[in-house]
Amino acid sequence: MAEYKGVLVLGELADGKLAAITSELLGCGRRLADELQEGLFCLLIGDALGGASKEVIALGADNAYAAEHPSLKEYQADSYMQVAEQLVKEISPRAVLMGQTFMGRDLAPRLAFRLGTSLATDCLDLSVDPQTKLLVQTRPVYGSNAQAVFTSELLPQMVTVRSKAMSPSERDDSRKGEIIPFEADIDASKVRTKTLETVKEEAVGIKLEDAPVIVCGGRGLGGPEPFQTTLKELADLLHGAVGASRPPADNGWVSEALHIGLTGKIVAPDVYFAIAVSGASQHTAGCSSSKHMIAINKDPEANIFREAEFGVVGKYEEVVPALTKKLSELLAG
Amino acid sequence: MLTLQPCSQEDSVAKVQCFHGATDIIRGTIRAKVVTVDWTHILLYSLAATNLQGGYRMPVNMIVCCKQVPDPEVPPAVFKVVNNKMTWPAEVKPVIGQYEEFALEAALMIKDKVGGKITVLSLGNKFVRDVIKKALAVGGDELILLEDEAFEDGDSWSTANALAMAIKKIGEYDIIFCGRQSSDWDAGQTGLGIAELLQIPAVTLARKVEVTDGKAWVEQVIPDGYRSVEVTLPALITVTSELGVLRYAALKGIMAAAKKQPVIWKPADIDLEASQVGAAGRRSKLEKLFQPVKEAKCEIIEGETPAEAGVNLAVRLREAKLL
Repeated sequence: MAEYKGVLVLGELADGKLAAITSELLGCGRRLADELQEGLFCLLIGDALGGASKEVIALGADNAYAAEHPSLKEYQADSYMQVAEQLVKEISPRAVLMGQTFMGRDLAPRLAFRLGTSLATDCLDLSVDPQTKLLVQTRPVYGSNAQAVFTSELLPQMVTVRSKAMSPSERDDSRKGEIIPFEADIDASKVRTKTLETVKEEAVGIKLEDAPVIVCGGRGLGGPEPFQTTLKELADLLHGAVGASRPPADNGWVSEALHIGLTGKIVAPDVYFAIAVSGASQHTAGCSSSKHMIAINKDPEANIFREAEFGVVGKYEEVVPALTKKLSELLAG
Repeated sequence: MLTLQPCSQEDSVAKVQCFHGATDIIRGTIRAKVVTVDWTHILLYSLAATNLQGGYRMPVNMIVCCKQVPDPEVPPAVFKVVNNKMTWPAEVKPVIGQYEEFALEAALMIKDKVGGKITVLSLGNKFVRDVIKKALAVGGDELILLEDEAFEDGDSWSTANALAMAIKKIGEYDIIFCGRQSSDWDAGQTGLGIAELLQIPAVTLARKVEVTDGKAWVEQVIPDGYRSVEVTLPALITVTSELGVLRYAALKGIMAAAKKQPVIWKPADIDLEASQVGAAGRRSKLEKLFQPVKEAKCEIIEGETPAEAGVNLAVRLREAKLL
């Protein structure tokens, strides 16, 4: 039996650059590896990794494993799985960290079942039990109504980590580490899915994840129109972006790309306006890290008032235009 | 040319392979009831192998995994952790998990279009018959319940393992549908776990599914868009909310469902010991369940009218240097 040692981060690239989740995973992974007094490794998979391997070393990895192959251009479970499975079997890490992202959600459960180990998804907190060296995994359950702490004695310990839950590591370009090309043996006959077409449905303007101010609308808006008028006017004034809870996205009032919540985007802007949003925990799971939350809702009992710092009880149709007008005066003055 | 091959007379199922032309081979497994055992006069029904854009349409055998959960739409405050277990008041009604409802709708859409059979499979204990039978009322054909005290409090591993064993016992399937994640524990592992255990391909986060020629085309939701993925059947597909809400049950369906009895399987029926399922079969240990304490600290901004409150909010936000 192999000895399991070290922490492996499965990194991700977005538009050819290292994704933000990767530096968060490396930040968390470095802390865990230091507690264990073991190494931190990072696997990157893609067709052209460019400087990303160097970057993960600057962000704390001791070894960067670079699996580069034209067939790995796009995430495909059955091909990425072969790479991840082969590396894990080769280096036997004690823990495997992935992001709770599209790739992590899709790949981590498969890998855990394939390896016969256990997995905790969407972790908010991770630590090492000093006695057992097992990971103590905290994750939200019941639509974030509660949190559960899990452990497992099976190795490798596998988790996916919620985006923005961990502090990213500090970049230090003088850090030394080894870049190791990893030539996985990819059996094309085992790739049982084929992508025929990829369609981007990106919203115009500022990306939700990058917006310092988000104006989010909920079911109470009743239709698509207020998103394009009342909410957009406030967002434009504050150089922010418009978002939505799940019902507007499911009803097609807005694009799914605007959906904030447990099964949508996780955001953490400076200021978050929740307008006619009831505040179901599935929604607040996606925005509870916002620095300041402001709720506007006609129902004084709405759960969103438990989350918000400032609130107005009243019809959004009357409150928001007055707020926007006054703010534009104040900001101009 | 149509060649027929009996696979088993006991279960009255024939395996059918369609050969279209000499070289253009379209293969699929069509299940059909053998009405007579006189092999030269086999009558097949529900065999809708019609020519569609050069291919064949055939009935699709589907399994939909559903979980009974406490209604997730109730206000969060009613859920209370007592002795490391989640509790809720009796008035919170159980429902079929929201994502499993979307999965069921995906299966019904396929049944509408090309025909097929939907077997609904659920694992748990103390199922409320009227709740779980909703799956039959909307158009499911058969209901199998893995129902036993031993199935309680499992984790993703023990749940997926028991479901996979049940699916092996069901035997024939083209598509297994699951929700993207359960509406209580939110782990999102069971569907993919079943696919791994059965060694079949899986596509997650489907918002649209179509079937032809032994293949499924899935519109899979990705960050900022979607991609269309082709997968060879049999396969497992997990469904997300963008697919659309589950249809209402018609009165006829409700009446028919009331008359149907679910098939109940115990651990032994799926070749598992009680020690291999539910809490006993877990791979992860729940150390602690807790509810983070939240202080209600919201400062409510008042005004004579809602518009005045809006103005006052603007002033307060500037004062607090938020904007």
